[in-house]
Amino acid sequence: MTVLSLQGVSFRYPGTERPALRDVDLEIADGEFVVLCGQSAWGKSTLLRAACGLVPHFHGGRFEGRLVVGGLDTREHGPGDIAAVAGTLFQDPETQIVMGSVRAEIAFGLENRGWSAAAVARGVEEAALALGIAPLLDRSTTELSGGELQRVALAAALAGRPRLVLLDEPTSQLDPVAGDELVWLLRRLNEEWGTAIVLAEHRLERCLPAADRVVALVDGAVACDAPPAAFLEWAMANEPSLATPAARMFSLAGVSPLPPGVKAARAALRDRGIEVAAPAPAPAAPRRRRPKEAALSFERVWFERRGGRAVLRGIDLALRPGERVALMGRNGAGKSTLLRHANGLLQPTRGRVRAAGRVALLLQHPGDVIVADRVDGELDPETLRRAGLDHLADRHPRDLSGGERQRLALAIVTSGGDRPAAVCLDEPTRGMDRFHKAHLAETLRGYADDGIAVLVATHDPEFAVQVADRVVLMGEGELIADGDAHDVLAGGWYFATETARVCGALTPEEGAALILAEARR
Amino acid sequence: MTYRRRASPLHAARASVACLWCAALALAAIISWHPLVLAAVLLTALAAALAAGVGREVGRFTLLIGLPIAVLFTVINPLISREGLTVVARLGGVWPVPEFEVTAEAIAYGAVAGLRAMAIIACCALYFSAVDPDRVLRLFRRFGFRSALTATLATRLVGVLAADARRLADGQRCRPGAPASRLAIVRAVTAGALDRAGDVAAALEVRGYGGAAAPAGARVPWSRHDVAFALSAAAVAALAIGAQAGGLAGFDAYPRVELQGGAGAAAIAAALAIAGLLPFVDRRGIAR
Repeated sequence: MTVLSLQGVSFRYPGTERPALRDVDLEIADGEFVVLCGQSAWGKSTLLRAACGLVPHFHGGRFEGRLVVGGLDTREHGPGDIAAVAGTLFQDPETQIVMGSVRAEIAFGLENRGWSAAAVARGVEEAALALGIAPLLDRSTTELSGGELQRVALAAALAGRPRLVLLDEPTSQLDPVAGDELVWLLRRLNEEWGTAIVLAEHRLERCLPAADRVVALVDGAVACDAPPAAFLEWAMANEPSLATPAARMFSLAGVSPLPPGVKAARAALRDRGIEVAAPAPAPAAPRRRRPKEAALSFERVWFERRGGRAVLRGIDLALRPGERVALMGRNGAGKSTLLRHANGLLQPTRGRVRAAGRVALLLQHPGDVIVADRVDGELDPETLRRAGLDHLADRHPRDLSGGERQRLALAIVTSGGDRPAAVCLDEPTRGMDRFHKAHLAETLRGYADDGIAVLVATHDPEFAVQVADRVVLMGEGELIADGDAHDVLAGGWYFATETARVCGALTPEEGAALILAEARR
Repeated sequence: MTYRRRASPLHAARASVACLWCAALALAAIISWHPLVLAAVLLTALAAALAAGVGREVGRFTLLIGLPIAVLFTVINPLISREGLTVVARLGGVWPVPEFEVTAEAIAYGAVAGLRAMAIIACCALYFSAVDPDRVLRLFRRFGFRSALTATLATRLVGVLAADARRLADGQRCRPGAPASRLAIVRAVTAGALDRAGDVAAALEVRGYGGAAAPAGARVPWSRHDVAFALSAAAVAALAIGAQAGGLAGFDAYPRVELQGGAGAAAIAAALAIAGLLPFVDRRGIAR
């Protein structure tokens, strides 16, 4: 039975000429797990917002075609009605949490529907149990971590047992562990409750193994609607930026069919008699390295909260000029706190931070450094040209895409009279597609080539490999591994690239070479 | 100052009762002028906060907000009041300030008014720290669903915007060179706030706020803590009202300071503190 049906749906946001959705025809049946993919601004979020009724009821704009969710036509029913059949989860959990306690948060949607107190209580209990957040029920929502908040928001979306759940990049702010857990939780709910899932994601390697179908949007139109393996074939031929690393590795090695996940890739290699590599040895323990001329160094840095825990515990880390370092670790490991020490936003309670010059720091939200009404109000024409933003000079910064805004923010923090000795970025790839990630990696390599040390905190192993020649792993405020990207990322499970999990090779190119060599043997 | 769930009898009591209990304590401070009764209310609120595990928050708030107000009252009242018979100083007399007299009664009146303000502030701080706002919202939603919800959401947005403001301040500190103009920052903050408000509004829409119906009430059995705090609230209110009506705890500052009640006022103050703190003795079933 169809739970979501789009017939000839086109949509333009108010004041824009370019359609965000173009003649979309799509049917999703009860119990299906569908992944929605495409580059940024290609219509994924708009499609989800149309499916939950926000488009056009909340955003306005010009809507054509017919969209029916659980039997409700969105031309006649607004988001309030549709909420009864479709739960929705957006990217930023902070703006979705509206109540003070977890219990009240989950109950909120049910109470809005006028459910009896007993039914609300039952709905809350079941959703909390299903998502493993029962111990959090009486906690304040202000005390929760990002991963916990996202789970609570998901529980709130699922509490009424909707037939359909719409999720817009729900893992973008989570570490690999929490992200993987969320995707598998969705798969379990999909299998056990029969809930149809539509999940928009950039990191397809994380969710393709769980998907029944993949819908690719290109410029607002459906370009591919196929099972994961067939989608990967299409992606390699038409939109390589959408292909997963393992699929690119197989494609380069001439192996088919392309695998939707690690398990399928390993099985395919085994079938061809290619031995899958044993896990690499444990990465090197961090050792104190104090180069003579460090661009940036943290010397036994402690950061202890007054009346709270020690967030950083004796961090010793030095970066040479031109060195590119990726800082990884789960949420709450202390990465952001360490970066805030680099440019003096925070002062260590013990130890010290030294820099050979100014340290440019770009925090998680690039919009926070932008204040002008026009792009050219922020930077001089020459700097804009070097950042590749001169063609956007007369635009309002809030009208830029995520990638463009990030480039502008990076140009702002690195501009000024004196060249920075180091550039630090905190989670710069949140919600960014592979194309823009590659562009950012190239920009950062450019800084390093100019002798500027680059320190990037990231959850994204693929990006870490692209950008860094050294990877530092943090846990509970301590450095737990520090070494060459190969040493640190090849042997892990969560902090490892997809190709490393398949065959121990960090990149698709290395993996393909390895497979070809093994096949020849 | 935000609510945090703690294992305490006050947190374990239902919101309506906890609300009433705080209100009864505040009522005692509002209707009484006797310094002993006011001191008893203040100490009861602080001791209750300690027993509820929020002593630090309530104590800090009372000191930061209440103490300056109390000092202000004590200092300002003698300067503006022309009442009282016991002159302790003559000030002014230099142009343009005319000569005026500072009386002991005016100082006493200001000090008692300050003590009263501190007691009320301590009661409010205790309410904000120990009474679950979500449960209070649920209580009021039966009468004015949308108004109560809008008020709560506005409160929620304040927290989101405060976090945004902290982030924006950090972002500005990351900009090299001269800081951006205040006007530019105000514009950026306003635009950011509107964006955020839009995000929260969208989240509300997809959670069914647009088609919201009034929630049905629930019958929850009364716990030992509900009963204890309800009785305590009734006793505190009765003591305060009774003492006032019976003239057992009166206070007149002018023309001379006069404390009514004598030992009776001390007994009322002690009884009020005991009645207020008794429910905290029973600590069974307080964790959740």
